[in-house]
Amino acid sequence: MNKALIPLILFMALAGLFLLMLSRMNDGEYNPRDVPTEFIGRAAPDFSLPALHQPERQVSPSQYQGKVWLLNVWGTWCAECWREHDFLLELAGKNIPILGLNWRDEAVDAKNMLVRLGDPFDQVAFDPNSQAVIDWGVYGAPETFLIDTKGIIREKHKGALNPTIWREKFQPYFEGES
Amino acid sequence: MKFIGIMGFLWLIVGLAQASNAEVYTFDNPTDEQTYQSLTEELRCLVCQNQNIADSNAELAQDMRRKTYELVKQGKNKQEVADFMAERYGDFVLYKPPFKPETAILWIAPFVMLIAAVWLLLRAIRARRNADETARLSERQLQEATDLLSSTKHKSS
Repeated sequence: MNKALIPLILFMALAGLFLLMLSRMNDGEYNPRDVPTEFIGRAAPDFSLPALHQPERQVSPSQYQGKVWLLNVWGTWCAECWREHDFLLELAGKNIPILGLNWRDEAVDAKNMLVRLGDPFDQVAFDPNSQAVIDWGVYGAPETFLIDTKGIIREKHKGALNPTIWREKFQPYFEGES
Repeated sequence: MKFIGIMGFLWLIVGLAQASNAEVYTFDNPTDEQTYQSLTEELRCLVCQNQNIADSNAELAQDMRRKTYELVKQGKNKQEVADFMAERYGDFVLYKPPFKPETAILWIAPFVMLIAAVWLLLRAIRARRNADETARLSERQLQEATDLLSSTKHKSS
């Protein structure tokens, strides 16, 4: 074989590898934005934030002790949250307690969105200055956590919830209950 | 006129410098400040992934800076703050990931590549030296060549 062909072959092999990786970057473990899910199996961090609808009242995860519940991080600026909203309403219809954590938002905008689309939340904690989100390891919205009766985070989903993910990851925790 | 122009330019630079680091944090002692500075340089901003939180102006980076500040203020040392972030965002948040089985290749690969490169270089040097040696003429061949050259010279003159 001609020795001069070696660099060409090496180049083609590398180019092929890069192309493969590029095409797979948007899914699964090759997606650089998909940070490995941490913080499962740990105690849910506490916070005390004003309620969106009644700012004089405080909302805290400790109010949910003994329940299996969801914490949903959302904001009116987050397009995926609008898309996710219908499914959250569906869950609320099944009496699943969802604590909404309204993040980096204007109270008026947040309230308007709930009036327009319906309110799936048991309570909404208002967090315009990211007091709680870093404690929970949130870096985008929507993000949903499932917390068990002992206050341990059992599941976490980044991005909009949908029926498939619900069935696979979340539903089993509610089956023993009702 | 020129003076005013220069002053205007300086003013602009100062303004830009302030804009890039919007919040001003005060510390109880220089050690805490040092801890804070080095942490913000070693923590990755998760929404603008090739920047640390000191360089990034993303809202998340601001939030992470504030959390870092709060933790330092509470008297947490550098390791404790780094652990706090890694617990929530994974080792990925650390620009200096800890050495463990999953990260071993990150730490070892550069040294393996360096050793391989040195080995290849030494081999190339040795190959060239051998090539030089075979190309060299023996004593007798040299004599013959000189004889040939001188004989042709005699003929032509």
